[in-house]
Amino acid sequence: MTVVDGAAAPRTTPPKTKRRHLKQLTARDRVSLSLMAGIPTLLTVAFVWVPALASIVLSFSSWTGFGDFSTIQWVGTENYKNIFTIYPPFDPAIEHNLIWLAVFFVLPAPFGLFLAVQLDKQIRFSRIYQSVLFLPVVLSLALIGFMTELIFSPTQGLINNLTGHADHHVIDWMGNPHLNIWAVMIMACWRQAGYVMVLFLAGLKSVDPSQKEAAALDGANGSQTFRHVVWPALRPINVVVLVITVIESLRAFDIVYVINKGTNGLELLSVLVTDNIVGEASRIGFGSALATILLVISLAFIVPYLISMFRKDERE
Amino acid sequence: MTTLTTERTGPRTAAPAPRGERPPRAGRVALHVFLIGTCVVWLLPLLYAFYTALRPYADTQRLGYVSVGGHYGFGNFTAAWDQAQLLHYFWNSVIITVPALVITLWLSSMVAFVVARFNFKVNIALLMLFTAGNLLPQQALITPLFKMYQLIPLPEWLAASGKLDDSFLGLILIHVAFQTGFCAFVLSNYMRTIPKELGEAALVDGASAWRQYWQLVLPLCRPVLAALATLEFTWIYNDFFWATVLMQTGSNRPITAALNNLQGQFFVNNNLISAAALIVAVPTLVVFFALQKQFVSGLTLGANKG
Repeated sequence: MTVVDGAAAPRTTPPKTKRRHLKQLTARDRVSLSLMAGIPTLLTVAFVWVPALASIVLSFSSWTGFGDFSTIQWVGTENYKNIFTIYPPFDPAIEHNLIWLAVFFVLPAPFGLFLAVQLDKQIRFSRIYQSVLFLPVVLSLALIGFMTELIFSPTQGLINNLTGHADHHVIDWMGNPHLNIWAVMIMACWRQAGYVMVLFLAGLKSVDPSQKEAAALDGANGSQTFRHVVWPALRPINVVVLVITVIESLRAFDIVYVINKGTNGLELLSVLVTDNIVGEASRIGFGSALATILLVISLAFIVPYLISMFRKDERE
Repeated sequence: MTTLTTERTGPRTAAPAPRGERPPRAGRVALHVFLIGTCVVWLLPLLYAFYTALRPYADTQRLGYVSVGGHYGFGNFTAAWDQAQLLHYFWNSVIITVPALVITLWLSSMVAFVVARFNFKVNIALLMLFTAGNLLPQQALITPLFKMYQLIPLPEWLAASGKLDDSFLGLILIHVAFQTGFCAFVLSNYMRTIPKELGEAALVDGASAWRQYWQLVLPLCRPVLAALATLEFTWIYNDFFWATVLMQTGSNRPITAALNNLQGQFFVNNNLISAAALIVAVPTLVVFFALQKQFVSGLTLGANKG
């Protein structure tokens, strides 16, 4: 993509050097441009990147957070050792994060794509369907956490009452640590599918219709057209959905926190980080180590994604 | 990079081209049946919450939550409104959401302008810094941020706590810092599609960089700003995590985070909680129904980023 040159050279001189205009900017322009980019950058660095890097640094310390920085004791990799060996909630948290990720991949992602493909066909009321399916995305996850209880509560919930499990053979969806994660997952997928659907719908709009027509003229049926024309064109969107799926499952927090503060079968990495800093036993070092683990996992997905995206950009 | 899918394909969608094949009649009927079924399932949780909210607690105790009969009315809504002081929490949300939204859009449009309209070497790096920041899980930075907030003093007229921690400003700042990434990315992609001749003409007329931004580029970005504003409104309004951790004083929390306290307060009265929860959802629902188009195009605009 050609970047627009702010200080336009007269048409007669062909633009030879890319950075030519920098000299042409007035001093005042240079100051205002630096401020315009600088202030937001400063804010993001100070409130996002400095804490993210500090998480890594503090993860090698033991600090209650009381007192000034001189009270920080450096303990090397002890926090990590403890997390992996003697911290009981860690294994379930990892397990639940993985369940979250796997379920998000298996259910809402393909279902969202399926819905998008159906809605992309020329049918009536497409807009209404689209709105209904997207509706949960605008609801807060905290609210969805509350609705989970309304639906899965053992004696008063919708599911048990409809299936006759409210009085006898009560299924304790919320209290049973092997079941509650699945109840939560159903509601999380309810929201995620609409999100994925809209992203794919956007992608489908960018598929060149003449290609589809050409395929139809060549006698391709629906699934053939999808496989050979639509799916390849959706590649950039697939990457987006992949990243969104990973990031959203790592960020999962609100639903489980509203239900039972992320305990008893609903442990997640994000909850463990929070538990270690809020509340009475503030363990900054330990919480930072957990946060660093979370950070490393997410960066493993973010960095390759950004590199591939921006490399393409630079080429253009 | 084709990020501006909707905007660019605008002309195409305006003149309805044969997009997507039209299924045969029997197929269409099956498709409608499937979609209606899915939509009913999709609406069920919300409708059930609404149904519960319409019934008095006593009736559901007697008849069960999944039942028909007894009284129906809006009593729970008014009771929740009064007992839970929802107006107070709504006001907190306004204090946080409105400035955060305005500042985010303003700052990100400035960054986007510099990145998209000028050819500096740092541009890509800058944009990556913002975009990656927005993709980080909030929990990955909360521990030091929490400590940092406790160490930064604020004058008393700004925060009763005297610290950035537990203050409205603190929440606004983290929303701005976090959300600028998404908006800057989307806006910079949009601004690149504005023909450069426009900027050239302005420069020939002697317009400064600031004037180019304020009087030329920004007005042209109105549609994308509207889309971003609707999306960011729901994201900031719905925030639960930052408010729960960075706002210790419960009565200062925005309404979504305050809902958590209400649950403890009302305990088993699901009818009242349903009503409160639905009232809390009203602003996002209103925005959703009023600005559906913006929503979808907003997500579409960022589609290649996420």
